[in-house]
Amino acid sequence: MEKLLTTPSQTIGPFFAYSLTAEQYGYNFTSIVNDQLLTGETTAERICITGKVFDGSGKTIGDAMIELWQADENGHYRQPAIEKTNDGFIGFGRMGTGTSPGHSFNFYTIKPVALNGQAPHINVILFMRGSLHMLTTRFYFSDEHELNDTDPLLNSVEPGRRSTLIAHKKMAGGEPVYEFNIFMQGENETVFFKL
Amino acid sequence: MIHVENLDLNTQPPHLYPEYKSTILRSPTKPLMPVAEMLKEVSLPAFGESVMGKFDNDLTKNARVSHDPIGERIKVCGKVMDEYGRPLKNVLVEIWQANAAGRYVHKEEIHDAPLDPNFVGGGRMLTNSEGRYQFYTIKPGAYPWGNHFNAWRPNHIHFSVIGHQFEHRLVTQMYFPGDPLFEYDPIFQSVPQHARHLMIAKFRMDWTDAEFALAYEFNIVLNGSSKTIFE
Repeated sequence: MEKLLTTPSQTIGPFFAYSLTAEQYGYNFTSIVNDQLLTGETTAERICITGKVFDGSGKTIGDAMIELWQADENGHYRQPAIEKTNDGFIGFGRMGTGTSPGHSFNFYTIKPVALNGQAPHINVILFMRGSLHMLTTRFYFSDEHELNDTDPLLNSVEPGRRSTLIAHKKMAGGEPVYEFNIFMQGENETVFFKL
Repeated sequence: MIHVENLDLNTQPPHLYPEYKSTILRSPTKPLMPVAEMLKEVSLPAFGESVMGKFDNDLTKNARVSHDPIGERIKVCGKVMDEYGRPLKNVLVEIWQANAAGRYVHKEEIHDAPLDPNFVGGGRMLTNSEGRYQFYTIKPGAYPWGNHFNAWRPNHIHFSVIGHQFEHRLVTQMYFPGDPLFEYDPIFQSVPQHARHLMIAKFRMDWTDAEFALAYEFNIVLNGSSKTIFE
């Protein structure tokens, strides 16, 4: 079959919030997903993901949109459609960085498990004004040294840059919080993927 | 000058396009890591009809308070396909745009043009079994922005698309045919010349709702072939 030309990407621009993250920003439109990747009960470990996005001058970016997509406690990505109300693990979240004073994003989820030889990880999709094409990456967990050491994707990253894909564990109010900062440029420039 | 490796898809803009000034501090400087093979099995979430509000696909109605919004009512229709032209069903298409006066509802928008109390400019829909979507809206106006002196964006509607596989995620903008601002807009110009027409909707007189709304066709081709279309 003949291949078609793919539709070019364009920037998300600064004004996405009233459609894509309306409830978070207080606009009069519904949101289909938010910062909660889980619903109700889970036997897995609940965690919080937090982070900021930094530009090449070290400033935090206040008009980025982050999506997370991860497998559930059994290592499966959600297959049933996401509905208005959901049972079970959603695994997909979306937040803009424009509503917290420090431009941080915060997601509530479970810690994923190792599967098929891959260390636990969460996929990240990133959009912002000034970015003409989506950027994707993923992060691993700082308390999973052994699994991280054998992860094929992490191992294919040049050693000096692997640390840019690690979320760092800290405790806040007795709850585990993993911090994953994204650096667009500079010494710690995050490793982004070519799909 | 920072050099960035272009995506190997030749229809795509580079990450760094200095004429669009915000890219200078926000684009990666190191080559992207080729991992397509390792992410082959990663899907994207599906969405059900229950997340759609009654008028989510009609922006002339979904924020109506007392009157119809001001402006030229239009219909936008299209098909979402994979690279082989195969239709993709149940794809989430989200849209947002300025009103007829070129004003966004966003709180940090400062362009001195009127808001329309009956228009927000956000919408969403799912593609049907033939990969088709359709919505009604008001034709958005052009507006100035701060990139350079007297910079104006061409009329456009923003699109966010979530298909079935990880590489099916796309955010883009749909433009209108014959816009005189194309040649002055670095965001439009960032795309290789031979691919710019892919962002411009086609006027479809034959699809108009007679004496109600003119129609535009905007088809979307997502990166990657689909594993799920024949289910």
